[in-house]
Amino acid sequence: MQKSLLIDPAKCTSCLQCEMACSFEHEGVFNPAKSRIKVFEFEHGLRAIPYTCTQCAEAWCMQACPVEAITKNLATGAMEVNEATCVGCKVCTIACPFGTINYNQSTGKVIKCDLCGGDPECAKACPTGAITYVDADWTGYGRMEAWAVKTHAEATAGPGG
Amino acid sequence: MGWQKKVLRVDLTKGSCEPEPLNMDWAAAYLGERGLATKYLWENMDPKADPMGPDNVLIFATGPLTGTMASTSGRYAVITKGPLTGAIACSNSGGKFGAELKFAGYDLLIIQGVASEPVYLHIVDEQVEIVPAGELWGKTVWETEEWIKAKHQNPLLKVASIGVAGERGVRFACIINDLHRAAGRSGVGAVMGSKNLKAVAVYGTIGVTVDDPKRFMAVVRETHALLAENDGRKELTELGTNAMIDSMQAFGSLPTRNFHEVQFEGVSKINPEAMEKVTPGGHRNLLANKACFGCTIACGRIAHIDETHFTIVNRPKYRHASGGLEYETAYAFGPLLGIDDIDALTFASFLMNEHGMDPISFGGTLASAMELYEMGVITDKDTDGVALKFGNAEALTVMAEKTGKYEGFGQVLGLGSKLLCEKYGHPELSMTVKGQEFAGYDSRALQGMGLGFATSNRGACHLKHDVFTQDMEDQTGQGKAKPCKDSQDLISMVDSTGLCLFTMAAWGVEEFQQQIDAACAGDWTVERLLEIGERVWNLERLFNLRAGLTAADDSLPKRLLEVPAPSGTAKGQVAELDIMLPEYYQLRGWTPEGVPSSETLDRLQLQG
Amino acid sequence: MDYVILGAGPAGVIAAETLRKADPAGSVTVVGDEPEPPYSRMAIPYLLIEDIGEDGTYLRHGEGHYADLGIEVRRDRATAVSPAERTVALAGGASLSYDRLLIATGSRAAVPPIPGMDLPGVETCWTLEDARKIAARMHPGARVVLMGAGFIGCIVLQALAARRLEVTVVEMAERMLPRMMDETGGEMIARWCEGQGVAVRTGAEVTGIEAAGDGLRLSLASGEALEVELVICATGVRPNIGFLDASGVALDAGVLVDHHLATNVDGVYAAGDVAQGPDFSTGGQAIHAIQPTAAEHGRIAALNMAGQRTHYRGSLAMNVLNTLGLVSSSFGLWMGADGGQRAVAVDAAGFKYLRLEFQDDVLVGALALGLTRHVGVIRGLIQTRIRLGPWKERLIADPHGIMAAYLECAPGGAARG
Repeated sequence: MQKSLLIDPAKCTSCLQCEMACSFEHEGVFNPAKSRIKVFEFEHGLRAIPYTCTQCAEAWCMQACPVEAITKNLATGAMEVNEATCVGCKVCTIACPFGTINYNQSTGKVIKCDLCGGDPECAKACPTGAITYVDADWTGYGRMEAWAVKTHAEATAGPGG
Repeated sequence: MGWQKKVLRVDLTKGSCEPEPLNMDWAAAYLGERGLATKYLWENMDPKADPMGPDNVLIFATGPLTGTMASTSGRYAVITKGPLTGAIACSNSGGKFGAELKFAGYDLLIIQGVASEPVYLHIVDEQVEIVPAGELWGKTVWETEEWIKAKHQNPLLKVASIGVAGERGVRFACIINDLHRAAGRSGVGAVMGSKNLKAVAVYGTIGVTVDDPKRFMAVVRETHALLAENDGRKELTELGTNAMIDSMQAFGSLPTRNFHEVQFEGVSKINPEAMEKVTPGGHRNLLANKACFGCTIACGRIAHIDETHFTIVNRPKYRHASGGLEYETAYAFGPLLGIDDIDALTFASFLMNEHGMDPISFGGTLASAMELYEMGVITDKDTDGVALKFGNAEALTVMAEKTGKYEGFGQVLGLGSKLLCEKYGHPELSMTVKGQEFAGYDSRALQGMGLGFATSNRGACHLKHDVFTQDMEDQTGQGKAKPCKDSQDLISMVDSTGLCLFTMAAWGVEEFQQQIDAACAGDWTVERLLEIGERVWNLERLFNLRAGLTAADDSLPKRLLEVPAPSGTAKGQVAELDIMLPEYYQLRGWTPEGVPSSETLDRLQLQG
Repeated sequence: MDYVILGAGPAGVIAAETLRKADPAGSVTVVGDEPEPPYSRMAIPYLLIEDIGEDGTYLRHGEGHYADLGIEVRRDRATAVSPAERTVALAGGASLSYDRLLIATGSRAAVPPIPGMDLPGVETCWTLEDARKIAARMHPGARVVLMGAGFIGCIVLQALAARRLEVTVVEMAERMLPRMMDETGGEMIARWCEGQGVAVRTGAEVTGIEAAGDGLRLSLASGEALEVELVICATGVRPNIGFLDASGVALDAGVLVDHHLATNVDGVYAAGDVAQGPDFSTGGQAIHAIQPTAAEHGRIAALNMAGQRTHYRGSLAMNVLNTLGLVSSSFGLWMGADGGQRAVAVDAAGFKYLRLEFQDDVLVGALALGLTRHVGVIRGLIQTRIRLGPWKERLIADPHGIMAAYLECAPGGAARG
């Protein structure tokens, strides 16, 4: 069964262990600026929201890529960027309505969550259980999926509709 | 690795910002953060220099583990000569600023000289600019952070700044980063203000690497697990540092009303339980607990003030969450002033962060002013009409704001209690060591802590030694010199790693050693690390001696030495410094005059 | 069912693949007039920088991808469409019958009517063939004039600079990127380019080009002359619709299509750069010659062609561009909506700019310079028409609160624990 990252912002203390784990796994360096998961903090730190790709069914990034550099890993369900193929045109970064695929200026390629091949480091590093990796049909999952549907091209009417 | 091997040197007089290689010989001998910055300070300034003058040097220092996955890796230290004490200042802070400075590629940021006009530093990796801050001068810490982020259109900038208190030289002004994390003590914010430096804003994308990544990650998994399972850690997570207030109350070591008493009848209204209690109106002080960078403890409290409370009922801008009560703030505004109003304490705590002041020193100074007021030495004419009586919550909040804005009697409070008490002819009322106010531990019940207060290189301070266990077991001064000295050395080392002291609840020196050894090139043994700790302590001592301090400054106020504790487990006792201090000097390898002997300096490679 | 797709760009290829899934038994033929396998023009600048080879521009990389899917890719060019017979006449002489036809013929580079545009060394920058000609003249130190500082011009600029050519940009409009940037943004990009050693002449017009020794001499309306080795013309593109003149298919600037990507002629659809379809922002019909629109058009047109009636809510104009390292993007009604409100943050020295446009409390457009993190949420906010409520005022005070606004306002989004 495919699994998904489940995020519970109420449990997040904003320690950023997830960001370090992510950048270490993907870049070999502790570097939140290069993390695929980002914790947003608001209201003097009262609220902290870990945020990353939900591997949405619409796969906006994959659809928009002009050179087939983004493909779906059928084992994990993750949309993965093939760095060798990505030319760095950034079209996916404006196509993704969640803003979860981003341009990495230092490599000239885009980066996004790839679920670490099925064993996400962010979930392992989270000390409070704010990020867990669970079965995709887990009952609480799908909130962002629902929103993805709303954003979907043919799901809403045109202007005035 | 671990280190970035790069120092950013900013000369505000010349207007220059130059990177330079980190002196790796010094890194090998002093590790990082507190230790390494002390060495740089020692090599870069005359300790006799005026702390508020152009020759003082201000160093922001990260450690080799800052910005790594080691738990609590968000620490940095500010090292300079402190205006409150005339001694070396070493103020440690968390939040996210320190790690960001490291991610931008720097181990140390050295600031020297004085800018001709207000400025701030804007650092994005190698790009460093000194930016005019005319528009920012006079703004609060909170306004400054917002303004800088908006100006550079970068919400990810991390900002360390001062408020008006720092601009105007309040002697206990601190540097606040990330809105409510403080390099708090000894007036480091006033030094920043004296340099016309309003803020340092940094964003880093370079990241941090370690020497042996595989081993480091394996070690870190174990050290994380040790912390996770530890009961002391759990208490910090669940209750925050204010858990201490109930222990100190029970033990009779909770300084109350300027140390006249050692227990406070109002504790239950300001302790962790009170923070979590829901009022009949539905208000709960505590909202959440949050972490500094990399921290798996998350002792930080996020709180808010009851909207109906007198402090903010007409001030909607304070109806938001911010950093809540930590133990030292709860102590310094609560028992020390005889105030049991949790909302007033929380509001005053907000004001400390908003205006950039150290709550311990502010509380201690206000406590001495309250005693002077109750004695009739100062009157309403001095205090702008405010009744500075113990227990007066409004006096606390009004004076906190006046001091933060440097208005009226706040300007006098801004002197710190030592100069304030001298000004009014009662130096004995100042509860300070080397000019710095006490943290919330009474030296009559906690003898070893008292020795630590007396000998701490930055003046009365609870964070440079840890003799709690021994003090709780035995309330005399016997045998306290050794644990005091050993803990001072150990903590000096931990303070030089980039990690937080609170991990010591679960980690011994071995855990630090394993993390350092995996992260840093070279062979790092426990012995070598402990020697570094001792070396750092002695170098701080040498700085102070050269600055003009003497053994006479290793003392405690008369009230602790001569007036017996009125209650608690140590009822009838005084601080037995006379027993402990000579033994301490001997253990340190110092002369009876408190000067490191030639042999000691040789052993620690501190000669020449 | 016989499906014929005219054009082998992204819209055509995605339509073909979608048809194959939606109608496994149908016959799918793609007609393209270029010799290479279907490729992406988006990738050409990276080919010029030599980041990739020609095969790096291909839309699909799998060996035998089209054959495996039973898609016939045929090299030819349509010359006429006869809806009555349901046939397409091809330049090669053949005629193709169709049950459903997709016009995805894209656009071609427009060349201004100036003497000398046909000289060797004066090249458009649109096809792989163009790229080869340009590459042959991209010697380090060579002098080049880039005519047109629009999207394509700016993206090519990156390649020219990377290959160390001495570049002068000549743009007729008063600013760079007149169609995707306002004055503030256009001025910042021009200043950025100049800082990188590129000469920028806006409000300047090339009046003629002539051979001069081994090189070329350009005359400007100002009377000046420029001596160069290469001229790249990037003054815009025009939809390929000439072959439809007699077809009865309704045309404007492009092929007019409705919310199902259907033309006025039964069985005939259009997609991509050639299609003038529903505009999400205005409710009118517009050509949005951009990759995401081509992909959406291709997919939705194909679903409708296969009988799966699918409504298209309209395309959103959006672009992202890297001009010598300065990343800019534009979305929707960035020029503002009638009676709307605006939020602006400008840091001229730091080359950062963010402009948000609201109608009521809904984001309808945006411009951004120097913003790369989570920029997609701008599309998310625009295209879901999320009501921002009190966040609008907060964004007017600081537009960089956009991510906070998004996390707070997105229904069922990550913000709600």
